[in-house]
Amino acid sequence: MINITLKVNGEERALSLPATRTLLAALRNDMKLTGSKNACNQGVCGACTVLLDGVPVNACLVLAANVAGREIVTIEGLGEGGKLSPMQQAFVDAGAIQCGFCMSGMIVSATAFLAENPKPSRKEIRQALSGNLCRCSGYVRVIDAVELAAGRSGA
Amino acid sequence: MSDIESATESAIGKSPPRLEAAEKAAGTAIYSGDMELPGMLHAALLTSPYSHARILSYDVSAALALPGVKAVVTAEDISGGYIGLVCKDEKALAHGKVRYIGEPVAAVAARDEATARLAARLIEVEYEELPAATTVEQAMAEGAPVLHEDFADYTKIYQAPENEGNLLARAEAVMGRGVDGFDEADVIVEGTYEVGAQYHAYMEPVSVLAAFGPDGRVTVWSSTQSIFRTQANIHEGLGIPMGKIRCVAPRIGGGFGAKAEASGQLVTVMLAKKAGMPVRLVLTRDEDMTSMRARHPGTLRVKTGAKADGTLVAREMEVWLDAGAYADDSPAVMNLVLFYARGSYSIPHVRALGHAVYTNKLRLGAFRGFGNPQASFAAESQLDEIAEKLGIDPIELRIKNAIKAGEQWLGGQRITSCALVESLEKVRDASDWTRRREAAPGRKRGLGVAAMTHTSAFLSSGAIVRLQGDGSIILNVGAVDIGQGSDTALSQMCAAALGLDIEQVSFATPDTDSAPYNYGTNASRVTYTVGQAVHRAAMQVRAQLLEHAAAMLECSEGQLELRPGGRIGVDVEPPRNAEVSFADIAGRSLWAVGGPITGSGSYIPNDPPDPEHTKMTGFLGLDALSVLTFGAQVVEVEVDEVTGAVEVIEAWCAHDVGRAINPGAVESQIHGGFVQGQGYALCEEMLWEDGRLVNPSFMDYKFPGTLDTPDKIHAIILETPEKSHPFHVKGVGEPPLVGAAPAINNALSAATGLRLKQIPLTPERVLRGLLEKG
Repeated sequence: MINITLKVNGEERALSLPATRTLLAALRNDMKLTGSKNACNQGVCGACTVLLDGVPVNACLVLAANVAGREIVTIEGLGEGGKLSPMQQAFVDAGAIQCGFCMSGMIVSATAFLAENPKPSRKEIRQALSGNLCRCSGYVRVIDAVELAAGRSGA
Repeated sequence: MSDIESATESAIGKSPPRLEAAEKAAGTAIYSGDMELPGMLHAALLTSPYSHARILSYDVSAALALPGVKAVVTAEDISGGYIGLVCKDEKALAHGKVRYIGEPVAAVAARDEATARLAARLIEVEYEELPAATTVEQAMAEGAPVLHEDFADYTKIYQAPENEGNLLARAEAVMGRGVDGFDEADVIVEGTYEVGAQYHAYMEPVSVLAAFGPDGRVTVWSSTQSIFRTQANIHEGLGIPMGKIRCVAPRIGGGFGAKAEASGQLVTVMLAKKAGMPVRLVLTRDEDMTSMRARHPGTLRVKTGAKADGTLVAREMEVWLDAGAYADDSPAVMNLVLFYARGSYSIPHVRALGHAVYTNKLRLGAFRGFGNPQASFAAESQLDEIAEKLGIDPIELRIKNAIKAGEQWLGGQRITSCALVESLEKVRDASDWTRRREAAPGRKRGLGVAAMTHTSAFLSSGAIVRLQGDGSIILNVGAVDIGQGSDTALSQMCAAALGLDIEQVSFATPDTDSAPYNYGTNASRVTYTVGQAVHRAAMQVRAQLLEHAAAMLECSEGQLELRPGGRIGVDVEPPRNAEVSFADIAGRSLWAVGGPITGSGSYIPNDPPDPEHTKMTGFLGLDALSVLTFGAQVVEVEVDEVTGAVEVIEAWCAHDVGRAINPGAVESQIHGGFVQGQGYALCEEMLWEDGRLVNPSFMDYKFPGTLDTPDKIHAIILETPEKSHPFHVKGVGEPPLVGAAPAINNALSAATGLRLKQIPLTPERVLRGLLEKG
């Protein structure tokens, strides 16, 4: 067991965990932040995507001990004051969400992408979300949602 | 009560955000694997390394000796009997024999997951390996190893083969003059089609949490498509009385058919009982892929005869489905392949013969489309071969032969409403069907079409509608929303029946302790079937509301009008305009007269086959199956002649849904269903080598992502009212998947002249075909 401090959603949390524990397991099991999902556990599906210093990463491929002290934002940390973030709200309004299991990772990826590219084309959105698999939507409404969020932030 | 139509308009035909969309966006939605209870243990499975072996003994001592291990279970701990919806041949854990690689043999509950997994590996099982039959050919060969020696003793709800080795089910349907009808044909086309095994790939792997209370009752939260089938399976498989089993469905991360019957629930309950503590099981993706279910691979020999003018006269289909190691839904899926063998056309003479065969691999089961994707890939592909042979446009050929309302389906059921021709015309016009498309050098473009028909009413459902003290409504149906949006659509229907806004209706969490029975979320049935029950229950509440209102307003019920937003008023001569709110009525009922206002509704379709119309043998009863929904799809593809890759450029999907309660949700079903069908057509296939699944991960089993899918999937909703339903609806969950594979295959042919008869249409298969064709 090693002792580390993780900074998640602006809050510092002291944890004692095995060196082999992934960030995803630390978030879900040790910190009870269950919004990030484990769907493939090998970095293929993106359901566990979180922001690490603003960059989207697959939390299932990151060791918790390696990211001590760095800025981690999960789906639970996107909104403020109990309100949905603009991207979260756009996913609701565009009707992009079905079963929802991929959506935490999808929304986190989209949030990071729009921060980099505020006026993307639909093709660029597809490129940016190519690491996030969804089995329900066929992606049409997902792309719509990101486009909606981009349009609103530009207004 | 003349104003109900206008009152209902507020809730129906609109697309409010789904009831649970915000919590899912926030990341706060709770799925089974997110739940924890005090003292909760973690489960791990030990699975079979053999395709077929006799279990000689277990030694669990080393596992039990590991610190932190609280319970180990094997088949010796099973207190119940066999489970299975149509053929009871399976137990909670492998018993006596293992029949596929990956079959759960034993399980451990421990303080943490790592300890549980380590302990599972310490369980020693002594096996005697047996010869295995991992393909249909091997299983049907002379002298093949028999998977189920006790098959004759199993309880079945269909007429099963006797003394035929691994043959699980055989069924036959004959209409008209059957194969003799081919003598009316000028042109006959025959071919053999092969379909691969598709994995559901719901994003949420199977997860279960089970806890016994001090009263001896067990509560099971699990990723399930049916809390009542889960309860029944636990009851039958573990011998626990139904009243002692409470099943609850939290949010579900997709199912697509695989979570309809039992999964990890039974073994989790066994562990919780033995350990005396709550236990949670969360499958890894590879465990899920190797131990759950997939769509049946199979071979379909299809023969179609037509007159020179394009009139279809005869169809023969012979189907062999690989059922895997346990029956599960296989006999039913095979029956439904036959049900759709005739396609959406008025073919007078039909013979359809089906087989489902036990093999030593993962059980194959229900998957969106339930036999229809297999039948439609073969039959709709062949229809284009006929069109080509006759020189008739493929859409013209389909329109010419399209079945219509009032005609009889295979089995004899009469079609109540049908917009098949309109669907075909819609996709023809929207896609600009006859326009030739230019492709980049080295690539070829083409359009393909497919039509499809699917069921939308199946088995029984109930609904309870309760008026609360503040005038709002609780709707309790026990139907599980697995992502398709039924919580919202059912709430809209309930609101409509009572003239309320959807915000005034709350949807109860599916819970067997409180909900009326509901068969499950499958067969595209929830909107139609549960909707019927919701309407009946809501109308009972409405009747009681009116009775109270008449007394309170001192008028006759005939003078009352239901006003939007939960009010009942009277507006009569001499001028007197007065009203009471639902809250006023609730107060009267709870504190003075009548008692609580509750309505309950039950529904089951009953539409028995007509033996005069179709001779059927070996089928399950189809009585509780009704109401067909129709549609058509056109797909444009571009084929890379160098790599063989097929890219879907655009798709037009027209589906007649009777009436769209929530058009946004209908469109989402069409988008998602089509893309899942695209995966089935082009890239998805579970592959076994000597019984071992070689691609049990999302790394090796590819399904479409954002770069593989078209940006333009045109969801075209047709609304031809289905008069048998109070809200005129039909189902749409499955049909959008069904047409994709044949439409894409037909587009490939239109683009390149290459006619393949095997899916998925992988680049390798396409390239080989193009090279062979020259």
